[in-house]
Amino acid sequence: MPAEAAPVLLAVEGLTKHFAGVTALSDVSLDIHPGEILGLLGENGAGKSTLLKILSGVMPPSSGHIVFDGTDYQPSSPQDAKRLGIVTIYQELSLIPTLTVAENIFIGRAPTGPLGLVSWRRMERDSRDIIARVGLSIDPMTPVSALSVAEQQLVEIARALSLKSRLIIMDEPTSALTETEVQRLLSIMDRLRRDKVAVMFVTHRLEEAVAICDRMTVLRDGRLAGHLDRQGGPIQLPRIIEKMVGRAASELYARPVLRAVAGDVVLSVRGLRTVRDPEAPHAIVLDGVDIDLKAGEILGVAGLVGSGRTELARAIFGADRIAAGTITLDGRQIAPASPADAIALGIGLVPEDRKHQAIFAALGILPNFSVASLGRFSNGFGFMAERRERDALAGFRKMLSIRMASAEQAIEGLSGGNQQKVILARWLARDPKVLIVDEPTRGVDVGAKAEVHQILVQLAARGIAVMMISSELPEVLAVSDRIVTMRRGRITGEMPGVEANEEKLMELMALDKQDTERQDSGRQDAEGQAR
Amino acid sequence: MSIAEEQNQRGGATIARLLMSFGPLMFLAALVVVFTVLKPSFIDPINLFNITRQISITGLIALGMTFVILTAGIDLSVGSLLAFCGMVAAVVAKGGAANTLSLSTSGTQGYGWFAALLAAVMVGAAAGGVQGLAITRLKVPPFVVTLGGLTVFRGLTLTISNGGPISGFDASMRWFGTGLIGPVPVPAIIFAIAAILCHIVLRYTRYGRAVYAVGGNAEAARLSGLRVDRILISVYVIVGFFAGLAAFVLSARLNSSEAVAGIGYELTVISAVVIGGTSLFGGIGSVGGTVVGAALIGVLQNGLQFNNVSSYTQSIVIGLILILAVAFDRWLKSRVRR
Repeated sequence: MPAEAAPVLLAVEGLTKHFAGVTALSDVSLDIHPGEILGLLGENGAGKSTLLKILSGVMPPSSGHIVFDGTDYQPSSPQDAKRLGIVTIYQELSLIPTLTVAENIFIGRAPTGPLGLVSWRRMERDSRDIIARVGLSIDPMTPVSALSVAEQQLVEIARALSLKSRLIIMDEPTSALTETEVQRLLSIMDRLRRDKVAVMFVTHRLEEAVAICDRMTVLRDGRLAGHLDRQGGPIQLPRIIEKMVGRAASELYARPVLRAVAGDVVLSVRGLRTVRDPEAPHAIVLDGVDIDLKAGEILGVAGLVGSGRTELARAIFGADRIAAGTITLDGRQIAPASPADAIALGIGLVPEDRKHQAIFAALGILPNFSVASLGRFSNGFGFMAERRERDALAGFRKMLSIRMASAEQAIEGLSGGNQQKVILARWLARDPKVLIVDEPTRGVDVGAKAEVHQILVQLAARGIAVMMISSELPEVLAVSDRIVTMRRGRITGEMPGVEANEEKLMELMALDKQDTERQDSGRQDAEGQAR
Repeated sequence: MSIAEEQNQRGGATIARLLMSFGPLMFLAALVVVFTVLKPSFIDPINLFNITRQISITGLIALGMTFVILTAGIDLSVGSLLAFCGMVAAVVAKGGAANTLSLSTSGTQGYGWFAALLAAVMVGAAAGGVQGLAITRLKVPPFVVTLGGLTVFRGLTLTISNGGPISGFDASMRWFGTGLIGPVPVPAIIFAIAAILCHIVLRYTRYGRAVYAVGGNAEAARLSGLRVDRILISVYVIVGFFAGLAAFVLSARLNSSEAVAGIGYELTVISAVVIGGTSLFGGIGSVGGTVVGAALIGVLQNGLQFNNVSSYTQSIVIGLILILAVAFDRWLKSRVRR
């Protein structure tokens, strides 16, 4: 291990972070050497983003300390962290799209001439050299908005290098890239390693982590789950998955007892493809999805960010345009051109981003509840039948145990869980045949999660076909009767809920060409045992 | 314990909410008191009715503008559209373009007030609809579309009027601008009826709910099955309709349709809506607030004039009060949050 010979660049010890009574990070330690690529892995909610925020100077830890390059590291802001030599590159890139590549690289420190005016010539020449270090040969005077996501990432890396960064943290850098772009990024990371720059690679994509990382640190539930070392050979996948998953499904995800018997197929999707938007050439598109949804069952759809799970929901719901494929509802082919069409046909969608896609923050609970059923709660002259509307809300308030003060209360004042219940009530008021819920417990506190799960099971018991999309595997396992996994716009596997476990799902969600990979990992596993 | 806390919070929120909705009203009341102290005759019924007549023209348009701003839109074209609709009304009232130079008020040649009114509101609504289509179909921001409309409608007005006024309407038409029912000016009555109708539509109908929803969160509204584009087009039709109605009343009051009528009205109208507490970001606001906002501007103008403040100074004061009223509103709301 040549990296071990070098002194430690970053040493994190006993890092802990509390938020209003919740411990997001607890006693986490790790270190990185110059010229080393460290993989940081963990499921959603494992504490990765909290750790990144602390390292990048967004917030201080509650306790624990960090030593960077031999001195105590306490950045007061992201700018301060950059100045000290740690740059974090987030999924949402921080370049200014209207400015050129050169302007972005030299933002706040443009080279000046004798009169104190910006020297464009020097800026162009210097930035050409800087981006060459990451293998980019574009014109530095190109506006950033004209670049692909991959190119923008490289510009960010180049900027980090020009700032003499010693540690570059990359948060899920490959999630929006194509296969070739991923390969290019990995080779750049390799080049950084040779230049003695340290890289912390945060990713869900296990095979990429295996391909490039020297070591891995795995987090689970805010704690350190373990360190993995590349001891001569690549780190074996089963070892990583074991560390990531670790626990038995906790009490919180106890499988609700009441189960319905799945009935006939209500919704059937065949060969579904979505349109590639020329303005967003790197967005995820569906690539031939087949799926069946039965009355009275909960179908869990497991997939990582960028797997196409949300796109599938939106395509069925008429929110995104469909390029090819058929959707059949109750044996009749349908082609919803808008959410309004899909809703009229009996489909409901609880979207993933509650704040931006579901709630009307400025309005009260009552209008939030009834917005999808204004027709049902109004008379022939278009006047609201407020009495009927209030009675219906009162019914759902009891049924879903929504904790609220009054129908006039602003929905913003409710907790995440109660907001989500109001959104569920919005759809239940329409008595849908199909209900799609996308990340139903995101931003919902732990206690209310189980309640939401219980509600979904009850709905299925009433004969509604429920499709639940989630990136939290314990949730998928707890609630689903049947589970499909998605990756890169395709279905990669299907199994009954009782036969599924986190390891199986994680492999199907995170690996390309699952079949060969699974054999590989099996072989590695056997080798590992033999040693 | 927690229930008690909740109730306590609820009680606090109710008081704060009351304060919030009455914030502009308190400001208005304070102004009335100040002007009355400065000059007691300010509070005379004659003067007060005078104010209602003054505010009814911009007030009518402000009612329509409330719908637009509730959807987070804006309509800058209303002043020009008012002039255009007024000219159309005048041509119809005069019985065709050939008769526009006649100063005859006998009305025998014309098509009568009803046709003039109908023409004004229909042209206004149609013009609003075209702008709404441009906003939703061409995806041009409302600010730009209606900024273009501001120029286009003024140009159309000058074209059909040849730059001059068209004057002299019959008495039945003039009644809508100058008449009285008891002590109350007819324009004020039209404004009051329109305000009540708008209030009912926004507060009690399905359509009103949809307007708030689209303004509050257009994406959530779409995902809840609302036809967002149709609702957006409709609010521009409504503001156009009110520009037409206001044009008819103004022409009737002045006994003349001026090519230069309504210049700068968009600013007064938007001020009234914003002072009334409607958020430029959409989803928050009410007709009641707009009526108060319009009254506030009317009282201010009238009160300053009453105290012989020059029109130059008036401009300065009104501008400052606009900022102050909104700042006061913000301050109240920030106290609610805490």
